[in-house]
Amino acid sequence: MSTNSPHHTIDVPYLARLARLEVTPEEVEIFEGQLGRILDHVEQMNRLDVSGIEPTAHAITVFDVIREDGVSESLPKAAILENAPRSANGLFVVPKVLD
Amino acid sequence: MSSFSPFTSIAEARRLLRSKELSPVELVEALEQRIASIDPKIGAYIERDVETAKKEAASADLSKPLGGIPIGIKDAISVAGQPLQSASRILDGYTAPYDATSVARLRASGAIPFGRMNMDEFAMGSSTENSAFHPTRNPWDLNRIPGGSSGGSAAAVAAGTALATLGSDTGGSIRQPAALCGCVGLKPTYGRISRYGLIAFASSLDQIGPLTSTVEDSALLLNAMAGKDPHDSTSLELPDEDFTAEIGRDLKGLRIGIPKEYFVDGMEPGVRSAVDAAVKQLVSLGAEPVEISLPHTEYAVAVYYIIATAEASANLARFDGVRYGRRSSEAKDLLSLYEKTRAEGFGREVKRRIILGTYVLSSGYYDAYYLRAQKVRTLMRRDFDQAFTKVDAILSPTSPETAFRLGEKTDDPLKMYLADIFTIAANLAGICGLSLPCGFSNRDGVDLPVGLQLLGRPFGESRLLRIGHAYEQSTEWHKRRPVQIS
Repeated sequence: MSTNSPHHTIDVPYLARLARLEVTPEEVEIFEGQLGRILDHVEQMNRLDVSGIEPTAHAITVFDVIREDGVSESLPKAAILENAPRSANGLFVVPKVLD
Repeated sequence: MSSFSPFTSIAEARRLLRSKELSPVELVEALEQRIASIDPKIGAYIERDVETAKKEAASADLSKPLGGIPIGIKDAISVAGQPLQSASRILDGYTAPYDATSVARLRASGAIPFGRMNMDEFAMGSSTENSAFHPTRNPWDLNRIPGGSSGGSAAAVAAGTALATLGSDTGGSIRQPAALCGCVGLKPTYGRISRYGLIAFASSLDQIGPLTSTVEDSALLLNAMAGKDPHDSTSLELPDEDFTAEIGRDLKGLRIGIPKEYFVDGMEPGVRSAVDAAVKQLVSLGAEPVEISLPHTEYAVAVYYIIATAEASANLARFDGVRYGRRSSEAKDLLSLYEKTRAEGFGREVKRRIILGTYVLSSGYYDAYYLRAQKVRTLMRRDFDQAFTKVDAILSPTSPETAFRLGEKTDDPLKMYLADIFTIAANLAGICGLSLPCGFSNRDGVDLPVGLQLLGRPFGESRLLRIGHAYEQSTEWHKRRPVQIS
């Protein structure tokens, strides 16, 4: 592993909260170093002048893909609920949200 | 029992099946026997459902183009009724309720899905060491990685434990393992094959493709899978095309671009010399080499790891413990259900990328990272547009080095990311790419396969396959077999 500390700092606990991901103190320390170094590498993009350049979201551009608004079959409800960690009465069960 | 021998191509297996020298059930049995004896050393398979495959083989329609041909499926692609996990603990217990369109089309051509192929978790990795199940080993040297993320798919074809497999390629995940294992891997053009039923990693980059032992087999699988699908709005309606049609034609007058940015210092010498020799070979077959420039190549890794992680952080938000897969038993409320399920279910590389992707999309950083990366992506795409006005295909090594050792790069993600340096530009530009064996490089006394990459213009697969086939048939590389597993 590289011993140089990265220029970039990244607030891992804050980002992990945004991403709904619990991280351990050990992971925070590892990710801070690794992601900082990755961002250092990414910084080379700043050498380029991109003014006036359109962004590319998809390489092969297709716009406004529409299909006929017809009725077709869906997967049976039971086939979907079979994969649920918990279900009852044809619904997904989650911990109580409102008191 | 049968005349099947390992390392049979699809084309040859079809001949055996149609002449009744071998029945489809015998083929599945012979394959299973080979897997049972070889795969414990390699770990290319996560699981096989032999009974279902034999049942399907018993009613195989041999009149169809892939009738009776078993095909291994990467664990990211849905096969109805079979477990599907993208090699992640977060999908423990998940069964695919439907066939991916690619799989449905293989079936419609008579093929039989057989086996879940190992991979890096959620296709994030270049070594298949990030699987939640087990690492896969390279058949040429069991101490080395097979590449990734479709490492199981590549290793099985190389070990003769599969005739052909499906993989997915977001930044090189078909081509790089094909190169490191010495088989043929095709990443079709973005929009060529429906991704419906593929577990999404980075939606503007992902593409499904075949891993095979010959270029011709690659064309056969593309024939079966290509085409518009109403379930994937990025798949394109194009005229029907037989991808084997150009195969067998010569290379006279074709121009092959050699990008100077891909031939820089730091490449493994054995890779360099094998690729240089491949250029000479193509010239002797009538192709004309043209030096070209792809000036934004050096930014590829940076652009890729911003765009791919941003898209992944959004795509992987669906794994929340509510609708499918595992759920943490520690959860006290809805928020901790999300946070703990994801903490327990995702491996370290996946967490790292989710956090990076969340960062580059977060308020205050979006313009500096994600938007800027998309603009550089435009520049990279223009590089290719420009190049393809002058050449029919672009040639490079698939990877700057042959297979590395297990554990060699696991502590340094940036080093691991740089393993993809020659393959990711094709995904960013949406073009097609083919990797095929072009020689060997000796590392620590072991000959390891070197991959040749050919890149083609959007929807130019037929031309690439023609060049690849002509090269392949004029060399003996594809006939060499790994000795460590025989």
